[in-house]
Amino acid sequence: MTTIADDLTRLEEIVRRLESDDIELDAALALFEEGVARLRSARERLAAADLKVQTVLEGAGGDLHLEHLDT
Amino acid sequence: MALPFQSDLITPTDDVWSVSQLTAAAKRIVEGGFLPMWVRGEVTGFKVWTSGHWYFNLRDATSQVRCCMWKRDAVRAGKPPAEGTEVFVQGKPAIYEAKGEFQLNVTRLIPTAAIGQAQQELERVKALLHKEGLFDPARKRRLPAFASAVAVVTSVAGAALRDIITVSRRRWPSARLLVIDTRVQGDGAVDELVRALRLVNRLPDVDLCIVGRGGGGREDLAAFNAEAVCRALAAVRVPTISAVGHETDISLTDLVADVRAPTPSAAAELALADQRDVRRALDDLAARLAGGLGGRTRLGIERVERAGDRLQGAIAAVLERRGHDLARLAAQLEALSPLRVLERGYALPTAPDGRILKRRAEFIPGAPFSLRVVDGSVPARVEAR
Repeated sequence: MTTIADDLTRLEEIVRRLESDDIELDAALALFEEGVARLRSARERLAAADLKVQTVLEGAGGDLHLEHLDT
Repeated sequence: MALPFQSDLITPTDDVWSVSQLTAAAKRIVEGGFLPMWVRGEVTGFKVWTSGHWYFNLRDATSQVRCCMWKRDAVRAGKPPAEGTEVFVQGKPAIYEAKGEFQLNVTRLIPTAAIGQAQQELERVKALLHKEGLFDPARKRRLPAFASAVAVVTSVAGAALRDIITVSRRRWPSARLLVIDTRVQGDGAVDELVRALRLVNRLPDVDLCIVGRGGGGREDLAAFNAEAVCRALAAVRVPTISAVGHETDISLTDLVADVRAPTPSAAAELALADQRDVRRALDDLAARLAGGLGGRTRLGIERVERAGDRLQGAIAAVLERRGHDLARLAAQLEALSPLRVLERGYALPTAPDGRILKRRAEFIPGAPFSLRVVDGSVPARVEAR
């Protein structure tokens, strides 16, 4: 699973390569498209739903389960 | 024998106070005149009322004062003090109006000997853990730049959790807080904290752990100085933040944790990235992305034309998907679009399948094609080659 950290790292890399002079147009376009997709995915992660707060409960047998906590 | 009425001493028009007025006025003066204070003295005449309240006198060599401790506070103080025990009490002077009595309303009571013992134990544990290297800066792990799941070891009912939730919601709303409820003071707090910290290691996908509580008195922090708690914290497998909200004292968990936060709110600030910073970084990257592609355009305009449809498609897709969020990026991309070239009078010959016709060989006599100009397409046909 990728994370927003992956998106940001890859975006930095894409932008650095696009800003260099020794890159073919086809490669530049492919990078650009990937960059747009990464931007979109990063922004979607930021727009995610409300903070999730759960309590961790331990059952009698030592099993763990999570319960939503009203905040 | 009744005294004769001394009319020259007091007249009916004189201002005469009732007892209630007097005690009420005394109450106002006394209770408004002191901040809560610590008092040292010896306990005598100790009594537990059936209500659970404690009553006793506090005395020194020459004076004494009545003390009253409500059940709620008495419960926290633990074992009732034996007759003659020297104690520190925290409280506020008050007037008990029904009896016109001056008293001290006590909220905390600690035997002076316990303070000495606690201090000795603290020094012992501190020296031991220091020797074992648990405070070693080389042990400290860095906090992850983008944590998304945070284990929070604290009391579910405490102010600390509320503060952590408020800050987390503002900074990184897509985060997940996994709260492990534990007592943070009093009997059983040490065992519960140890159990909670061990539980953190059994949670999958946790990025870091905050352990803490809101502000409390010095003796309320005892659990965070306990050897067992420090060892359990050191054994947590993800980076840890200790947030014991006390302005002056540093607890031993503060020294063992990878990072010390002065308050639970500050812990949440350290734990989670701020979405506003990330949004700014993304805006910057979006601008550079567009600028980077622009560089290509200037390098080879005809090669960009070949890719024009794809780029235009990408722009359209961006606009459609991101709406006004990316309006700025879109404007920049638009400015760099090869279609701008068409405004200068260039035209793109395009085959019916959308291919751009670049070479003589691609023009077949009699075949239809279209000329793409700035405001649309013009149908055309090859007459001869």
